[in-house]
Amino acid sequence: MTTNQNKPRIVVVGNGMVGHHFIEQLIQSGANQAFDVQVFGEEKYIAYDRVHLSEYFTGKNAEDLSLTTSEFYKDNNIDFHANTKVVAIDTPANSIRLDDCTQVDYDKLILATGSYPFVPPIPGHKRDNTFVYRTFDDLDAMRECAKDCKTGTVVGGGLLGLEAANALKNLGLETQVVEFAPRLMPVQLDETGGAMLKDMIEGIGVDVYTATATNEIVDGEAAFHRMNFADGSHLETDLILFSAGIRPQDELARSSGLSLGERGGIEINNVCQTSVDNIYAIGECALWNGKIFGLVAPGYTMAKVAADHVIGNNSLAFEGADMSTKLKLLGCDVGSIGDAHQATQGAKSFVYQDELSNAYRKIVVSEDGSKLLGAVLVGDNSYYDTLLQYYLNGIDLPKEPQGLILPASDGAPAALGVDALPDTASICSCHNVTKADINAAVADGATGVADVKGITKAATGCGGCAALLKKVVDNELLALGIEVSTDICEHFAYTRQDLFNLIKVEGIKTFAELLDKHGKGKGCDICKPAVGSILASVWNDYVLGKEHVALQDTNDRYLANMQKDGTYSVVPRIPGGEITPDGLIAIGDVAKRYNLYTKITGGQRIDLFGATLPQLPKIWSELIDAGFETGQAYGKSVRTVKSCVGSTWCRYGVNDSVGMAIYIENRYKGLRGPHKIKFAVSGCTRECAEAQSKDIGVIATENGWNLYVCGNGGMKPRHADLFATDLTDEELIRYIDRVLMLYVKTADRLQRTATWMDNLEGGLDYLKDVIIEDSLDLGAELEAQMQHIVDTFQCEWTTTLKDEKALKKFRQFVNADEEDNNVVFVEERGQIRPATESEKYELIAKAV
Amino acid sequence: MNWKYICHQDELENEIGTAALVNGQQIALFRIDEAEHIKIFALSNWDPFGKANVLSRGIVGDLNGQPVIASPLYKQHFNLENGHCLEDENCILPTWQTKIENGDVFVAVN
Ligand code: SRM
Ligand SMILES: Cc1cc2nc3c(=O)[nH]c(=O)nc-3n(C[C@H](O)[C@H](O)[C@H](O)COP(=O)(O)OP(=O)(O)OC[C@H]3O[C@@H](n4cnc5c(N)ncnc54)[C@H](O)[C@@H]3O)c2cc1C
Ligand code: SF4
Ligand code: FES
Repeated sequence: MTTNQNKPRIVVVGNGMVGHHFIEQLIQSGANQAFDVQVFGEEKYIAYDRVHLSEYFTGKNAEDLSLTTSEFYKDNNIDFHANTKVVAIDTPANSIRLDDCTQVDYDKLILATGSYPFVPPIPGHKRDNTFVYRTFDDLDAMRECAKDCKTGTVVGGGLLGLEAANALKNLGLETQVVEFAPRLMPVQLDETGGAMLKDMIEGIGVDVYTATATNEIVDGEAAFHRMNFADGSHLETDLILFSAGIRPQDELARSSGLSLGERGGIEINNVCQTSVDNIYAIGECALWNGKIFGLVAPGYTMAKVAADHVIGNNSLAFEGADMSTKLKLLGCDVGSIGDAHQATQGAKSFVYQDELSNAYRKIVVSEDGSKLLGAVLVGDNSYYDTLLQYYLNGIDLPKEPQGLILPASDGAPAALGVDALPDTASICSCHNVTKADINAAVADGATGVADVKGITKAATGCGGCAALLKKVVDNELLALGIEVSTDICEHFAYTRQDLFNLIKVEGIKTFAELLDKHGKGKGCDICKPAVGSILASVWNDYVLGKEHVALQDTNDRYLANMQKDGTYSVVPRIPGGEITPDGLIAIGDVAKRYNLYTKITGGQRIDLFGATLPQLPKIWSELIDAGFETGQAYGKSVRTVKSCVGSTWCRYGVNDSVGMAIYIENRYKGLRGPHKIKFAVSGCTRECAEAQSKDIGVIATENGWNLYVCGNGGMKPRHADLFATDLTDEELIRYIDRVLMLYVKTADRLQRTATWMDNLEGGLDYLKDVIIEDSLDLGAELEAQMQHIVDTFQCEWTTTLKDEKALKKFRQFVNADEEDNNVVFVEERGQIRPATESEKYELIAKAV
Repeated sequence: MNWKYICHQDELENEIGTAALVNGQQIALFRIDEAEHIKIFALSNWDPFGKANVLSRGIVGDLNGQPVIASPLYKQHFNLENGHCLEDENCILPTWQTKIENGDVFVAVN
């Protein structure tokens, strides 16, 4: 071990979230240079984000969840020893002993040993196929076992238990939850809230047994285990996961005589010292004022306080922590603030319950109704932020506090203006950032959320405060009269709309020309694709032409969508979703020949995945020979026109929706815009094509077509607005031409029609005025511009296949014929899929 | 220093990346034409965030005067000169020296 005799030594036991936060504090204060810092962790990993542990099952790996790297520790003089357990402390000698019997002396010792999952001592609890849920190793073991299991049961219906149940469900197991208490989340929820949550969870197919005690676990008949319950009933299951609470990991402290609480936990004072002055305890192993804090934020505060004391500043104290929580469990919002159980003397409560859409909200207020003491939320957490601010800051409640939990008439809960928050209001509890801290960052020149995050670390923990942070930042910027810049990036002091007009009016044909006349520097990944898209919208030249190719995002540059492993997907256009049997066979043939994964998309066409760069031209030449064209799934461009089968076959149809959809798709295909553009046409008001969720939606009526505009699915769904009714075919196309072109000309970068409409001054009425009444006398010009696009359409793949130079770009390597050896597929359900990282290691290990 | 021939400079296009394979190592090459001469940057083709060999397929640009490549997957920026990631100071990609002789592009390997 490297030692430095001259410097006092700090030894940290445990490299979990809180232990790591302590190290970060040392580094931030520069104390890492003044001390010799030695860190010992029992796990084989460097500190990782346990709060997001479950994401280990949804695509993240150990590295993604890491909070730091060994290089970072090394660069900062932190000596880190993984896989090393500390087994004893010799307090009089000021030294610890490691599991390999090495002695290490310390001047200051920090215990950050966290906690361990409590497993109730039910007979049979040590059988095979039983697990806990705390570390990567736990999850690895569970995942391995789950492969051979059909059902899984979580013992414990608290917060962690429900999170674990979700993980079992994600692993594809039929899942049950068994809870000893009469309701779920007994700590955070009241009876009604718990019952409501149970209903919701059962609604998604997870069976919940409350008030159920397990007497023993024995061999099952149909499954691996059988759990016999106290009431005589039983449950068979293949895998059992215990999540019945946590216990402080205080073994070390216990054996070395530090003072502990009655039910465990290392006792600490306000500066996190244990009963021995030079030994500190922080995080979940520490007991403060008789309380253990099972959340990360209080642990972080302890780490700050302890570091401050260890380095001799003595300027901070730990004063307890708020345990309010907001979570999404198995897809259900749950929130709990302060005195959720109305335990305060004289407290009164207001309750709102909606059994139709499963929402329950309760607030607990002081006897005189002036202060918020606690709250319970189930089903909709949008009320949480505001309530929490009332609670944490002791803000006087409005006269009728029930308004805070009643659904507002427009659906949005009454928000507390950020102006009303006092400067001391805690905005981010993970990193203890107040409104004053944020305002100070803005005063120091931060110009947006990203800057403030960097300076204060707000919103970089659990992320729950991000929305509120943005409000506070924007509010402060506004108050200081700082204009929020609308420049597209550092290279152009213009908005997208300005650039569009410059390009059109000055007849600018290339990025270089625009940069020369109106910009500076070389451009970046923001302005290049944006200008590339504008040039395409205005002039419709070949996007891979010499002047344009460097502007394109990878998807446009290779006319295919890049997937997570660097391979691409191929989407031929299937207008209106109509396809002949021969077409299907041709696609099937190609997919088979190149061993591509095939899937029907949400846009009524077929996606072929797993093509390598060199394969793309070959695949496309076969598809084009079979009569297909590019589907432009890669561009910020017209995507699909969904259709329902319509009057041709459907007994209710009043017009030929498929015919109209195909006409529309063929007319607008190739149009590039600020973002992607989607359409749908339904044959009657039953609306099977979901036209009202599209940028342009068309619904057949007895007398023609109804036109809907500016709908959106995706992240923030928005119903389209009814724009005009009973249109003839010609009127319909004229209006769509005009609306789309106006959007293409005036929207911001990456703004879909829905947000464009929401930001349009004058809104729908204004748009109707401009398009239908032609109040700006723009109609003819918009139509002409659209006609230009229609007339100059080219299938980009057809053009590319004829262009020797363009084809060269599809080589994997400029100097070798090899393939990318990181692209590895395995089979699943009879098709390929990218191998996960661990599968790749296994395959490589086998090959060696 | 061991100079390895890659290709002729005409095989690379201004402000566009190209992947090359050198002793089994994937390298992303970027050509940037200045008024007087051509610059070639070489850094690892491996995107440590997206975990795929794709950096050669990103967009080239400059931010605050530094030449950068933006990952095509999750858009992190890497300084072409020294491999530093602009979004994460702990992340530095390997880079290689390059030279052009009579139009031929070479990368230094050891
Ligand atoms: C393949 C497909 C999923 C599927 O297997 O069904 C898909 C796949 C992708 N979608 Fe989608 N979306 C697909 C239908 C949809 C739909 C449904 C629809 O079109 O009816 C929606 C909601 C409707 C809407 O857009 O309003 C949809 C909303 C999104 C969004 C959110 C957009 C928004 O405004 O909130 C994104 C993200 C974005 O564009 O920024 C997205 C982005 C993506 C990207 C491009 C993500 C990416 O950058 O890699 C995916 C790549 C596809 C690929 O490689 O081919 N996809 N995506 C569907 C392709 C349809 C097609 O044939 O072209
Ligand atoms: C699935 C899950 C979800 C969670 N979700 C949330 C959430 O949403 N919000 C929230 O606030 N909190 C959440 N938590 C709790 C949060 O993770 C903990 O509060 C936090 O990790 C505590 O940090 P710690 O450093 O005290 O303990 P830990 O992170 O447990 O770290 C302790 C470390 O010390 C090591 N160690 C113990 N004894 C020794 C020894 N003798 N020698 C060497 N090393 C030792 C352990 O191996 C461990 O690595 C969640 C926890 C889990 C498991
Ligand atoms: S919803 Fe769309 S973007 Fe998200 S994973 Fe599915 S295909 Fe990809
Ligand atoms: S509250 Fe968790 S990141 Fe701010």
